[in-house]
Amino acid sequence: MNLTLYVWRQNGPEGQGKLEQYEAKNVSPDSSFLEMLDEVNQELIETGIDPIEFDNDCREGICGTCGCVINGRPHGPQEETTACQLHMRQFKDGDSLTLEPWRATAFPIVKDLVVDRSAMDRIIESGGYTSAYTGQVGEANQTLIPKPLAEYAMDAAACIGCGACVAACPNGSAMLFTSAKVAQLASLPQGKVEAAERVKAMTATAIANGFGNCSNHYECEAACPKGVSVKFIAKLNREYIKALPK
Amino acid sequence: MILDGKCPIGPIEKTWDQHRFDMKLINPSNKRKFKIIMVGTGLAGGAGAASLGELGYNVEAYCYQDSSRRAHSIAAQGGINAAKNYPNDGDSVFRLFYDTIKGGDFRAREADVWRLSQVSNNIIDQCVAQGVPFAREYSGLLSNRSFGGAQVSRTFYARGQTGQQLLLGAYQALARQVKAGTVKLKARTEMLDLVMVDGVAKGITYRELSTGEIKTSWADAVVLATGGYVNVFYLSTNAMGCSVTAAWKAAKKGAYMANPCYTQIHPTCIPQSGEHQSKLTLMSESLRNDGRCWVPKRKEDCEKPASEIAEEDRDYYLERKYPSFGNLAPRDIASRAAKEQCDDERGVGPGKRGVYLDFENSINRVGESTIRERYGNLFDMYEKITDEDAYKQPMRIYPAPHYSMGGLWVDYNCMSNIPGLFVLGEANFSVHGANRLGASALMQGLADGYFVIPYTIGNYLAGVKPGEVTDEHPEFKKSLEETKSSLDKLLNIKGKRSVSSFHRELGKIMWDNVGMARSKESLTEALKAIPALREEFWQNVKVTGDTKGRNSQLEDAGRVADFLEFGEMLATDALHREESCGGHFRVEHQTEDGEATRDDENFAYVAAWEFKGANKAPELHKEPLKFENVKLAVRSYK
Ligand SMILES: Cc1cc2nc3c(=O)[nH]c(=O)nc-3n(C[C@H](O)[C@H](O)[C@H](O)COP(=O)(O)OP(=O)(O)OC[C@H]3O[C@@H](n4cnc5c(N)ncnc54)[C@H](O)[C@@H]3O)c2cc1C
Ligand code: FES
Repeated sequence: MNLTLYVWRQNGPEGQGKLEQYEAKNVSPDSSFLEMLDEVNQELIETGIDPIEFDNDCREGICGTCGCVINGRPHGPQEETTACQLHMRQFKDGDSLTLEPWRATAFPIVKDLVVDRSAMDRIIESGGYTSAYTGQVGEANQTLIPKPLAEYAMDAAACIGCGACVAACPNGSAMLFTSAKVAQLASLPQGKVEAAERVKAMTATAIANGFGNCSNHYECEAACPKGVSVKFIAKLNREYIKALPK
Repeated sequence: MILDGKCPIGPIEKTWDQHRFDMKLINPSNKRKFKIIMVGTGLAGGAGAASLGELGYNVEAYCYQDSSRRAHSIAAQGGINAAKNYPNDGDSVFRLFYDTIKGGDFRAREADVWRLSQVSNNIIDQCVAQGVPFAREYSGLLSNRSFGGAQVSRTFYARGQTGQQLLLGAYQALARQVKAGTVKLKARTEMLDLVMVDGVAKGITYRELSTGEIKTSWADAVVLATGGYVNVFYLSTNAMGCSVTAAWKAAKKGAYMANPCYTQIHPTCIPQSGEHQSKLTLMSESLRNDGRCWVPKRKEDCEKPASEIAEEDRDYYLERKYPSFGNLAPRDIASRAAKEQCDDERGVGPGKRGVYLDFENSINRVGESTIRERYGNLFDMYEKITDEDAYKQPMRIYPAPHYSMGGLWVDYNCMSNIPGLFVLGEANFSVHGANRLGASALMQGLADGYFVIPYTIGNYLAGVKPGEVTDEHPEFKKSLEETKSSLDKLLNIKGKRSVSSFHRELGKIMWDNVGMARSKESLTEALKAIPALREEFWQNVKVTGDTKGRNSQLEDAGRVADFLEFGEMLATDALHREESCGGHFRVEHQTEDGEATRDDENFAYVAAWEFKGANKAPELHKEPLKFENVKLAVRSYK
């Protein structure tokens, strides 16, 4: 199949970006979206043009490194699928694709489709953990955890930190991301002790780093490649209210 | 030279406790005076950096991804072993130890493996305390499943995302130390040189991948936890950025590379679909708990859809060949068996390089919903890649390069032969011998990081004056200049061939000649082809862009350049090891029915290679292996 790409090219954080047109020729429908970009890059290299920079690593949909906005949708048209797991059979011969980086105040552009997501790490650093010292912990089976609770925690913990939720949100909010960690830890006995401090610190850090607030668009959930549910945002809000008087 | 692993002596079950007691300590208030560089934030590096920070050391942690949460440990699916014996099925520290030694085909050090088995239980406790959401029973207790090479259920898991959950646990512990100010994270950096002062590791040179700047950093000790090297095969289950670079730079400064020929080819990966392919995707080994491997008995049936092949016309070859372990035979054995079937022209799918992994029986037995609960995400991933529904038709799988048992040589303290240079996780060679059992890499990474390095590094640092050498030392400037000029050299070749075309070609040489079946002929061929390709690379590679700002072509070019040197050492090791053991299969050394034959008389040693320069033969150093607690035996899974 043949496709036309309009790709955001921006040479560094200070540069002026713009969309450039490229042709993707003879693409195998069995190749992944990133493999298609690899082939386009090969052609660009041969013609002496700098290849398109895009982030990726595992190419298995788990590390959360890849991602760009494809025709207006973070990670593209297929539900619950990262850009690296998206396959070209999802598109038709002759399609045009516009590729843009995640756009959010909190994510400065590094180059082309690559952005700086370190603000998400700062949210975790402000409290997204339990304070368990190495070696000074009890026997694992001493604390029973009901299966449904463990499953709930795992649903939240499935977040890969890719930032699609932020890119999808009109407010550039990291609420889904933050809530997933808050909910996972607050629901487990191990994380309950620090729950109040955690939720306050993490939300404050999100705001300080330029992420917006949640106004219930649910675009985040629709864009999330791991199907993380907005019910965790409700949990975050409950945890936050509980934490306030303390 | 005969190498000494410095293993403690005495009854094996006391070795680690006694050693811990014997090691020197550092006064808590002195710890912050020591600076430690940790390269890598996977399970080994993340856990290590967090634990060292917690102890009060001053830690700097590096990773090439944009966040320490993205190390390739994240991709591990199946699970992590521990000797908890929760199912009461006869497990014990000794059994885990025994299984690991045997699984490694008697090519690992007993004391290291004992320690790993001993601390395995602490790992589970630690992870649970961090809030890792392991799978649980309705009773609220932790759940276990079985993995290849074991007859007990000792594997803990978090759906099909165990590595992710364990890594996030370590990442969060690390984040806590960042907040506490003990750890400084340097994401999007790549270590490009090890700085040595008077034969001791004292720092690194690295490139900031966003800005392109080259910098140096000093430390009282340097720890590498930089993962495995099987991307030397180009197509593998590793992430795109996984490389041998950090380890190789150390090797070029004199660190020995041990058993590089021990590479693991994983039996259950999605077969290659075309030339465009950039990587291969693993389907977790845990699937073999419920899936049965088969191929048609007759060549004529291979083109037919699986559903049209009658039960009696199917060859469940693992169950046939290895009745007591069946579909849970260890990886090396399962991979070779799959290759045998395909070589016999009974493979299925495109190019007939595939075998079936069939869930029909299990779905009939426990129901589709249970199978979905156990492996849903894997089935989904399979469907995304192949467009096939594995609930309705069997999966097609084929072996692919997956893991490196070999790595930098380390002693019992995880220190390399270079004083002050420690190596953890997949990057070292220590515990898996010639073959790693499923669910034990995660165990090793976390054991090294949480429970070994925090003790052993103190023993070393107790003899070091903190901050005695800093980056004022001229060796740092020298390393910086050398690194800059090697990058300039790559950019100035301005040849015709892309970096990835060289990587692909190297991968093909390695896979065809140094892959699942190796022979004197094929290895000799590889040893001709690799240097020739390397020479062409240095004359004809085309690296676009410049050193300023982000340039992923330049990053890749450096990694491929290192693979082009390292691949030759790997093939040299494979040629020298005139025996078959674990993942290293020499066709000259097999029984009549195709099983590997080890040569304990001549090869029960660790082969540690010293790099002597490109185009020069590396020098072999041997560390003899002694087995005092398990009897050397033919490894049988029949
Ligand atoms: C698909 C897959 C599934 C697996 N499933 C399982 C399983 O179920 N059970 C199991 O036990 N094992 C499994 N394994 C194996 C296991 O995941 C790995 O062996 C283990 O996670 C390696 O951990 P590590 O910390 O040593 O290295 P990694 O996690 O690979 O981390 C390497 C770190 O080093 C950094 N790094 C590397 N080079 C440089 C450099 N030059 N400069 C700066 N930083 C650098 C990287 O950024 C990264 O942070 C699996 C492996 C794969 C690929
Ligand atoms: S590259 Fe890892 S999620 Fe896409």
